[in-house]
Amino acid sequence: MSNWDRFLDSFFNARVAAEYLPKIIEGFWLTILLALCIILTGVAAGLALAVLRSLGIRVLNWAIIFLVDLFRALPPLVVIALLYFGLPAAGLSLSGFAAAWLSLSLVLMAFTEEIFWAGITAVPKGQWEAARSTGLGFLDTFGMVVLPQAVRMVIPPLTNRTIAITKGTALASVVAVQEILGAAQAGVSFSFNPTPLTLGALAYLVLFLPVVILGRWVETRFAWKR
Amino acid sequence: MPARNGAIVEARGIHKHFGALHVLKGVDLTVRERELVFVIGPSGSGKSTLLRCLNRLEEPSSGAITVDGIDMLDRRTDINKARQRIGMVFQSFNLYPHMTALGNVALALRRVQGLPRAAAEAGARQALERVHLADRAGHYPGQLSGGQQQRVAIARAIALEPRVMLFDEPTSSLDPELVGGVLAAMRELRESGMTMVVVSHEMGFARAAADRVVFMDAGRIVEEGPPEAIFGNPQQERTRAFIGQITRH
Ligand SMILES: Nc1ncnc2c1ncn2[C@@H]1O[C@H](COP(=O)(O)OP(=O)(O)OP(=O)(O)O)[C@@H](O)[C@H]1O
Ligand SMILES: [Mg+2]
Repeated sequence: MSNWDRFLDSFFNARVAAEYLPKIIEGFWLTILLALCIILTGVAAGLALAVLRSLGIRVLNWAIIFLVDLFRALPPLVVIALLYFGLPAAGLSLSGFAAAWLSLSLVLMAFTEEIFWAGITAVPKGQWEAARSTGLGFLDTFGMVVLPQAVRMVIPPLTNRTIAITKGTALASVVAVQEILGAAQAGVSFSFNPTPLTLGALAYLVLFLPVVILGRWVETRFAWKR
Repeated sequence: MPARNGAIVEARGIHKHFGALHVLKGVDLTVRERELVFVIGPSGSGKSTLLRCLNRLEEPSSGAITVDGIDMLDRRTDINKARQRIGMVFQSFNLYPHMTALGNVALALRRVQGLPRAAAEAGARQALERVHLADRAGHYPGQLSGGQQQRVAIARAIALEPRVMLFDEPTSSLDPELVGGVLAAMRELRESGMTMVVVSHEMGFARAAADRVVFMDAGRIVEEGPPEAIFGNPQQERTRAFIGQITRH
């Protein structure tokens, strides 16, 4: 067997591919589910924290900043490991899926809060003053005037950060979630052949390449014009 | 209710500190109904701060302000309600960039006055007509010239039918050829009987339209009087110096 044949047999083995493709496809859907859950809760929580922060309650803001800095500083894998392996010691055990979901939501929440907050503070003071001078209250001004502008401004960085963090779903393989990477690794250990990893990589491409292209489009589409 | 031709704005002994900076040092200003008061003075003399104290965008350190009989500094005053009676126009327009001209004008009609959408939009359209921009109702601020934006900002304020309008350098960030349209809108507003306080460097407009010119320097009102007197025959040295400076340029 030539080296080339050995290479093909290892990474593009048709028999192994056929056997493990269904598992990878299952993993593909699980990855999408996990990613959607993370985006939903992470972005919502981040936005909620940014809104709370703009109320300007000092003690609350310290707490928010602490929380946000914490989850921006910790590597996502460490958060997952802490929740999955650490919580049972505290009498609370999470499934791998729940641990990954919660961990990556917290990380996305932290980055999202910072992004929304930057957007909110980037809205010119004159917008607040114009609205308040017409008799609009704080909440109306915030909700109808400031937040819509902030959201529009932050869509590009938010999209990029969200893509980056959803790629972290691969980390869930560490806590036995059979998402794409988990399914591929399981395939490798059963078949003693790395072809399932090739399939996994292809699955990630199929999933994230369109998302990355979408992110690029969003970036140009929402470039802020005044 | 204040008597006809009574005072709409009454500010007494206004002081304002920004930290260690003493910006307003006891300003008294009375503006009577239908009066147009023009405020001039060097940069940093406190003109904007004074205007912003009148609708409490800025909290005075001490003093008393009533507008249309309402005590603006009383904690029990519903400030959002009081502010509807005081229109404000800013140097930088401050239109909401994500809303159309109509949306900009209608927002407070809906959210503050609680009008249903159709009534708010009808009111907004009327206000836009008054500044001759009814045909731009569907345009976003980014699609309007600076002069048009400022007129939309005027419409946004007058839609609430305020008792007094405050203008803070409404033409200072406009290209010269766009100033005329905004001044024309202001003059029409004045002719309709609006009480106005205008901070501006447009001396021609002041001569033609102002009832009274107030000269401020270093946080105080130095001199006030009819435009002919202030521009033609100022009594105070500082006024003379300032008038000389601005008319030379
Ligand atoms: N929010 C603020 N915090 C600190 N200092 C301020 C603030 N607003 C205004 N000042 C200061 O108060 C002084 C008066 O400012 P103000 O804007 O009222 O002057 P002005 O007469 O309107 O000047 P201009 O003609 O340049 O607009 C200035 O020295 C300014 O730097
Ligand atoms: Mg000013």
